[in-house]
Amino acid sequence: MPYIKFLPLKATEVTITRNSMEHIVIIGNGIAGVTAARHIRKLSDKKITLISAETDHFFSRTALMYVYMGHLRWTDIEPYEHWFWEKNRLELKKAYVDRIDTDAKALYFSEGDALNYDKLIIATGSVTNTFGWEGLELDGVQGLVSKQDLDALEKNAPNKEICPSAVIVGGGLIGVEMAEMLRTRGIAVSMLVREDAFWTNVLPNGEAEMISRHIKSHGVDLRHNTNLDKILGDENGQVRAILAKETGEEISCKVVGVTTGVKPNITFLKDSGIETDKGVLVNRKLETNIKDIYAIGDCAQQREPIGNRPPVEAVWYTGRMMGEALAQTICGNAFEYNPGHWFNSAKFFDIEYQTYGWVFSEQRRKEYEQHFHWKHEDDTKCITIAYHKDNQKFLGINTFGIRLRHEIMDRWLTEEREVYYVMEYLRDANFDPEFYDTYEAEIVSKFNSEMDTNIKPKKKNWKRIFSY
Amino acid sequence: MNATNNNMSLTGEPPKALNTQQKMATFIGLAGLAILFLAMFNLDFPNKAIWLTVSLVSIAVGTIWFAKAAYLNKHEGIKNDGVYFKSISSKGLWAWVLGIAMTLFYVVLYWFPAYLGLVKEGDNQGVIALFDPLSKQLSGNPASQWFLYGTLYTLAILAFGIKFIWKYRHNRYEILRTISVMFFQLSFAFIIPEILVRLNQPYYDLKNIWPLNYDLFAGYKINEFLGAGNIGLIMLIFGVLSIFVITPILTYKFGKRWYCSWVCGCGGLAETAGDPFRHLSDKRQSAWKVERWVIHSVVVFVTVMTTAVVFSYLRGNESESISKWSNLDDKMVVISEPEGKPIGERILAAQEAGAKSVIFLLKDASEKPPVIEKTEGITIKYGVVSQADNQPVLKRIEEGQDAALTATDGTSFIVQKGADVKQYDNSLISKEFFVWGVIIVLTLIFSWVMLFKRQELAKDAKYGAIGYFAVVISILLFTYYSSPGKLFFFDAYQLNKAYGFVIGSIFSGVIGVGFYPIFGNRVWCRFGCPMAAILGFQQRMLSKFRITVNGGQCISCGNCSTYCEMGIDVRAYAQKGENIVRSSCVGCGICSAVCPRGVLKLENGPLEGRIDGNEILLGNDVDLMTLVNRK
Ligand SMILES: Cc1cc2nc3c(=O)[nH]c(=O)nc-3n(C[C@H](O)[C@H](O)[C@H](O)COP(=O)(O)OP(=O)(O)OC[C@H]3O[C@@H](n4cnc5c(N)ncnc54)[C@H](O)[C@@H]3O)c2cc1C
Ligand code: SF4
Ligand code: SF4
Repeated sequence: MPYIKFLPLKATEVTITRNSMEHIVIIGNGIAGVTAARHIRKLSDKKITLISAETDHFFSRTALMYVYMGHLRWTDIEPYEHWFWEKNRLELKKAYVDRIDTDAKALYFSEGDALNYDKLIIATGSVTNTFGWEGLELDGVQGLVSKQDLDALEKNAPNKEICPSAVIVGGGLIGVEMAEMLRTRGIAVSMLVREDAFWTNVLPNGEAEMISRHIKSHGVDLRHNTNLDKILGDENGQVRAILAKETGEEISCKVVGVTTGVKPNITFLKDSGIETDKGVLVNRKLETNIKDIYAIGDCAQQREPIGNRPPVEAVWYTGRMMGEALAQTICGNAFEYNPGHWFNSAKFFDIEYQTYGWVFSEQRRKEYEQHFHWKHEDDTKCITIAYHKDNQKFLGINTFGIRLRHEIMDRWLTEEREVYYVMEYLRDANFDPEFYDTYEAEIVSKFNSEMDTNIKPKKKNWKRIFSY
Repeated sequence: MNATNNNMSLTGEPPKALNTQQKMATFIGLAGLAILFLAMFNLDFPNKAIWLTVSLVSIAVGTIWFAKAAYLNKHEGIKNDGVYFKSISSKGLWAWVLGIAMTLFYVVLYWFPAYLGLVKEGDNQGVIALFDPLSKQLSGNPASQWFLYGTLYTLAILAFGIKFIWKYRHNRYEILRTISVMFFQLSFAFIIPEILVRLNQPYYDLKNIWPLNYDLFAGYKINEFLGAGNIGLIMLIFGVLSIFVITPILTYKFGKRWYCSWVCGCGGLAETAGDPFRHLSDKRQSAWKVERWVIHSVVVFVTVMTTAVVFSYLRGNESESISKWSNLDDKMVVISEPEGKPIGERILAAQEAGAKSVIFLLKDASEKPPVIEKTEGITIKYGVVSQADNQPVLKRIEEGQDAALTATDGTSFIVQKGADVKQYDNSLISKEFFVWGVIIVLTLIFSWVMLFKRQELAKDAKYGAIGYFAVVISILLFTYYSSPGKLFFFDAYQLNKAYGFVIGSIFSGVIGVGFYPIFGNRVWCRFGCPMAAILGFQQRMLSKFRITVNGGQCISCGNCSTYCEMGIDVRAYAQKGENIVRSSCVGCGICSAVCPRGVLKLENGPLEGRIDGNEILLGNDVDLMTLVNRK
């Protein structure tokens, strides 16, 4: 069962923890803040307070959609039972931090009270990014980031009688989730996408087009090359339609979902003296410009981007990894945030997506990057492998409808294997459930015919899989 | 996990309505059920075979059509939309109606079969009579309440099995294991036993393994097996091998899922008809604590009960145990144990019990015939017969022919055709051997765990194991040394009856199935089934099976935990990058199916590194990972 195991403290840590009942205050009880808190608790006895204005308890933001779709209840998306917090002496405070006084080391809440800290971790996450369109203030215009957004959607789009149709602006991960949510209640959904296929700033074209077709097959009116002009309201201040820029067409709707990305949630920091740009600027130790103040998760921005990673990484895993690293630093074991190979995953209606390493879209493709692409004839599975055109080194892989083993991918990237090796041992990497059809033979034969090679895929081998 | 914090107070009307086809299908299915109901209230159907067929076919067609309308017009994929909005699957009114109806059915079935129309002597009535034609087709006998139950049970697994297959048609693991449970239910559980009866063989569902089949070693069952000659003996041996040899091997290779999700009938019903309720299992840690105590207590109960039952069966087979209550009216009694209570006293006891004559069968020709002492008061005929000298005669007696045995002193014992012969002292093992065998096996298992698997048990589990072990062993030793045929203060027969009532009927039937819509579909498998506990123990300790967690890919969404019918908090492991190696996991594969990030894979792999917890997950700094994850 999910007990936290207390690691034996090393001698140095014992001295640190004994001398002080340092108060660590964390703003934000998302994955970044909670991971930091859990690890600090494992390593030390410090007093820890977690603050959030959103909910009493940590929940999985990634699972908001499942509550609206009726797959899960709210309690199901809370990863820890409520006794967990007290048992691990993690104090919770539900309040909104208005202002930080970094000299007095104090937080001031909009409720009027204040709190002192010895060390402060800013983990305030993201808010919906908008582009200042006309009509954003109308009732029924909303994003999907917070619990409050979920409640708003339940109110704005409870069913197809009250909300016969909705428009989603922007085609990213949250956009497609919102489309799926609304479709489960039979609501007609139009989705406006700037590019000529879904998410082409991230996905190579073959994949983007396949996902576009899949989204349409779920009854979504997906409009490529279409921008929002403005949102139109009725006399009650309620959305009634949107205007598309290119065609001038009016699409009537009761809900407008704004899913044109997210941006760090840092407005409350503006006069605090903490340096910000898009997000809170941090160095590799996740320290801000002010001593004893750190930032992690969606709201943090690396002064120097790490490898190919964007300076603001708004994904679950990076928030968690920053929390893991920072906890070490705070407990006296200075560690830089030094993430390993990039990975991520998502699901587009019924198609699962995983990525390991870097596979860039056409727009962002590096000049040395070459792709091999395979798509199954049923149009729900495909893979793209990126490799270096000069030395054939494996750079990354995207898969749709096929699961891969993280360990193996990570290992091959570390070992800088050639793409031929990847092809030969692809079966070791398959992570689909037992008895599933496998496609390695087909994939490799396409590779062979395109690359004029003669690779024979090796049988799956447990020894190799566990040889680390 | 009870408060639904989901703000549904407004006019929210999520997708829960039935489409037209589903409504029609429901009507057909209910019409089929209505026929059964009318029959129950003694509406006399003229042509029973036809009406029964109409009823069963309607139920099947209704269910299957409903499923078709629900799934086949949609994309392949996870179909959990609105699960928490529908009354039937979210403990709403319909859930309670269904739960209460099923519970009532079980109560009637177990304790008031007369209301279903069961008539002990004479023709059945009511709904059981409706099943007579089918039963006669299969076994040649009229139906009983169990036949009715078995038929409906099988029908449910088949019809809802098709529903399940369509629901998960993108997932071949789910399809194959469902076909497997459908097959085992239809053949092993339903048809084959009936045919065995028709062939005058013991009723035996080969896949129903002790201790799930807690009656397998009950005295009457052993007599039935032994009475059926070679086939019976093979069945009995198969029953013993099933639990001690076949089961451990398969569980080692595949985990307990080979049984719980591929073969078992209880599991079969839970996975098919019970599938819409799988998310109702309680995931709280407190539920897990209750689970561990309850299920292991059931294991102790069934072990002690079975040991007691076999022990008292073996004791009953000893001529020493003959007393005036032995009910030997007009029987010829054969004994063959020279040691112990004086033979004369045993003969006297047989005489008091009404025996006609007593023979001491001398099995070993090299031994001297015993001197029969303490003969005063004996009025019936007795003597010593050498087995070696009477071989052909003994065979005739076995075949029920007329025969005459010749005693060592020359007198002869005439056995008339079909005469009642009661044999003692003829079981293969003695009760001492048996009890010590059980004690030794338990001690070996316990020591193996404590010596080699200690580090895999949490502290409380260790204490629990020691406690349970001490309890079982002391009960057994106590039994062994206390003379009357009792176990502590319970009689073995009473113990068996109590087990059958509390565990076999109330737990597995009424609560286990009747409460599907309230507690979820695997309550019995999780809290009550001793078979699952034993398989699970092995799965945890010695098996290649695990659910591998895919590095750092988990997003803690909670789909896996929610849809785990065994109430395992899968997410708690997944978000730590720790493989799921839990004794209760039945390997249904649903957690893996519903995971939107491809994090979980059920697989059989090397034992090494099967259980590994990670503090820092894959994807982070390798230095940090090695530093912190080092154990
Ligand atoms: C719908 C959706 C789906 C997603 N799906 C995925 C996915 O599949 N995979 C993936 O990798 N990522 C996904 N993400 C992104 C992922 O959820 C985020 O990267 C992650 O939750 C960020 O965690 P965090 O701890 O940095 O911040 P958050 O989880 O945003 O937590 C910040 C908390 O701080 C609180 N807060 C902010 N300011 C204040 C203040 N001044 N006072 C008090 N409290 C404050 C906020 O209310 C919030 O509760 C998804 C995001 C959304 C919205
Ligand atoms: S852990 Fe997964 S496979 Fe095991 S019982 Fe639960 S849902 Fe089924
Ligand atoms: S393992 Fe999958 S289903 Fe379970 S919490 Fe993680 S992402 Fe969700």
